[in-house]
Amino acid sequence: MSDASAGMLDHAPHFNSAAHEKRAAQMGMWLFLVNEVLLFAGLFTAFFMYRFMYTDTFRYLAFVELDWVMGTVNTGVLLASSFTVVLAVQAARAHKSNQVGLWLLATIGFAGVFLVIKYFEYTHKIHEGLLPGSYFSYDLSESIARVKGDPVKMSHIADANINLNNVGNGAPMFFTLYFFITGLHGIHVLIGMGLLGWMAKRAFNGEFARRNDTPIELSGMYWHLVDLIWIYVYPMLYLL
Amino acid sequence: MSTHTALEEGFPAKHFLNQGTTFKSWATTIDHKRIALMYLVTVLFTFFLGGVFALLLRIELLTPGPGIMDAQSYNRVFSLHGIIMVFLFMIPAVPGVFGNFMLPLMIGAKDVAFPKLNLATYYIYVLGALFAVWGLWNGGVDTGWTFYAPYSTTTATKVVPVLLGAFTVGMSSILTGVNFMTTVHTLRAPGLTWGKLPLFVWAIYGTAAVQVLATPVIGLVTLLVAAEAGFGFGLFDPARGGDPLLMQHLFWFYSHPAVYIMILPAMGVVSEVIATFSRRQVFGYKMLAGSTLGIALVGFFVWGHHLFVSGQSTFNAGVFGVLTMLVGVFTAIKVFNWVLTMYKGAIDFKTPFLYAMGFLYFIIFGGMTGIALAVVSLDIHWHDTYFVVAHFHFVMVGSVVMGFLAALHYWFPKMFGKMYSDRWGLAAALFVFIGFNVTFIPQFLLGNMGMPRRYYQYPEVFRTLNVMSTAGAGLLGFGFAFILIVLVVALIKGKVAGPNPWFSKGYEWNTTSPPDMHNFHEVPVMVDAPHAYEKVPEGTLAAQEAAKTEAEGAHHHV
Repeated sequence: MSDASAGMLDHAPHFNSAAHEKRAAQMGMWLFLVNEVLLFAGLFTAFFMYRFMYTDTFRYLAFVELDWVMGTVNTGVLLASSFTVVLAVQAARAHKSNQVGLWLLATIGFAGVFLVIKYFEYTHKIHEGLLPGSYFSYDLSESIARVKGDPVKMSHIADANINLNNVGNGAPMFFTLYFFITGLHGIHVLIGMGLLGWMAKRAFNGEFARRNDTPIELSGMYWHLVDLIWIYVYPMLYLL
Repeated sequence: MSTHTALEEGFPAKHFLNQGTTFKSWATTIDHKRIALMYLVTVLFTFFLGGVFALLLRIELLTPGPGIMDAQSYNRVFSLHGIIMVFLFMIPAVPGVFGNFMLPLMIGAKDVAFPKLNLATYYIYVLGALFAVWGLWNGGVDTGWTFYAPYSTTTATKVVPVLLGAFTVGMSSILTGVNFMTTVHTLRAPGLTWGKLPLFVWAIYGTAAVQVLATPVIGLVTLLVAAEAGFGFGLFDPARGGDPLLMQHLFWFYSHPAVYIMILPAMGVVSEVIATFSRRQVFGYKMLAGSTLGIALVGFFVWGHHLFVSGQSTFNAGVFGVLTMLVGVFTAIKVFNWVLTMYKGAIDFKTPFLYAMGFLYFIIFGGMTGIALAVVSLDIHWHDTYFVVAHFHFVMVGSVVMGFLAALHYWFPKMFGKMYSDRWGLAAALFVFIGFNVTFIPQFLLGNMGMPRRYYQYPEVFRTLNVMSTAGAGLLGFGFAFILIVLVVALIKGKVAGPNPWFSKGYEWNTTSPPDMHNFHEVPVMVDAPHAYEKVPEGTLAAQEAAKTEAEGAHHHV
């Protein structure tokens, strides 16, 4: 308790030590992440249930109307951002506050690229009328006719065993789920960018030059989760 | 000490209530005890609000025909009643008030793990509550608290703000769970191993786990229903290929475990109260702690019993029915252990103990009717009748409110340092107990006769029982007012309670009443088990009897 008398406690008074406080903070974050996983799990359940009900429609739309190149690039971008956030955590452990700030900026940059690509995907879909529920205004029969005229696509369709006669029912549902899942994930990306931005500001103020890497660790954990959710969303929507 | 009046003896000069008395010192406090009191005031208000709507419903049902309101208002009023009682009262009540206040004291900590988050949690709850109440006030909803689609997504009433309110309150509940779980894991005092945790702490821990694991799913459901009601997303709309049953499954995946968010803390309270007032080591500590976790776990796999008549397969219904009965097994384990704790104990029949007995009665009665409802063939007869209403009011109101009141009366002297009149406390408890039975036993009978729930009119044959039920509700309302008066009088001119008026072995009684700002003056070391009553505490009836027996024994020797 000599720390307390010096008036410079490196941890909140209800903990015994900074390490004790860090252990609690990490546990709290893990529990919060578990809750996030369950939030998405409910949505994934809904997705798989409707995919089971409208298998051919969902597979057709994923194959023809989603741009797997953009999805793949975005996956790469998010993986890169996870890497830079790890570097930020490493820098925080080495008490190099400025470096922490720089790596966080890089992470935010990747997140921005992710959102820009997402923006192009969204505008394309909105333009085509590939929208949720009552807003869906896309002519699916025309799309099928176009695919039928394209032998490369038709051979893929035949390989994947998609029955074009069943395509139609449940198409607005696919886009309801597409926009809800990617939208909820996008909101998490935005929250993560805000969080990392705040941390970057603190880093450039030199706050992490002393032994204080917990905030960066926790933000990093959150960012990894945002990344991890995408790792599930990507194959689920684009590849299956 | 001679200069001290009787009032000051045993009452600390400085305690958490008088360390800063400005509004700001309360509004920005991160002290778990003060936050607990803020929760107490808020949930008492929501309880009052929900109660007033319940009384309005009962007044409407006094006569078979239309009375004080039309059909649409009736729909709104029962929705208001349900939403307020479930989301704004029962879910936050015991964890928010007594969990917050007692958890750190019971594990010898200075505070919860994240005090600032704790305060934020309170404000998030208030924000969600305001959202919901605003929506309920401005147009209200007529969906009931379950928000079943497609009705909820097509009704003209204001579902979106109410759903967002429920989402926000859910967020608060999740963060409370995160905070409490972390607290139990990281802040136990030296010597306090998992095997020595007080049973209330186990209960709060199990509750917190359910809060973290189940609540996000209803958060999602409220968002999906709001998106559909507000923007026509069509996720549960059959016309757009959606399936309303999915909504019901997701909804009950949370809302059934939510029942255990309500009941588990109440069970924890009852374990504490029964041990304290029986002066006996709890019988089967491991069984009681284990069955808490058992209920929390099994609670996740029983949601389908709400969907017996929804067209789910007979096989599914059977599996959900059998799993539901497992909850009954765990509850029975608790009941037997509580009864065996009392057996040969030196029972001190104080107000909290009467509430604990009330809890036992309601959980047995309500639980047994629950087992009956878990039998698919019986459920089809009782589905959507007053039998179900009476069943869940026995469990959710009977047991949960009994647990809440037991906690309030048990810990009142610890929280405020004052003691209420036990005689008046017992009298008020009797009113509540009798009023409750008179209200809901007729509803079992009505349901069995086939009276459906959620209608504002009924045939003449149901009249007598409905009049009884309304009379009981009046008695119940009177009982609650009575309790409030008894406790407010105690706050103003109650006797000083002293640190441990019940001679409890519980760790929370090791500090002054009201506790110090920092809970303990020095870090406590937990040596004894929390419910170890081998040594009869001095000053109790049991001690006098033990002394008498000893004296008689000595006499024989002579």
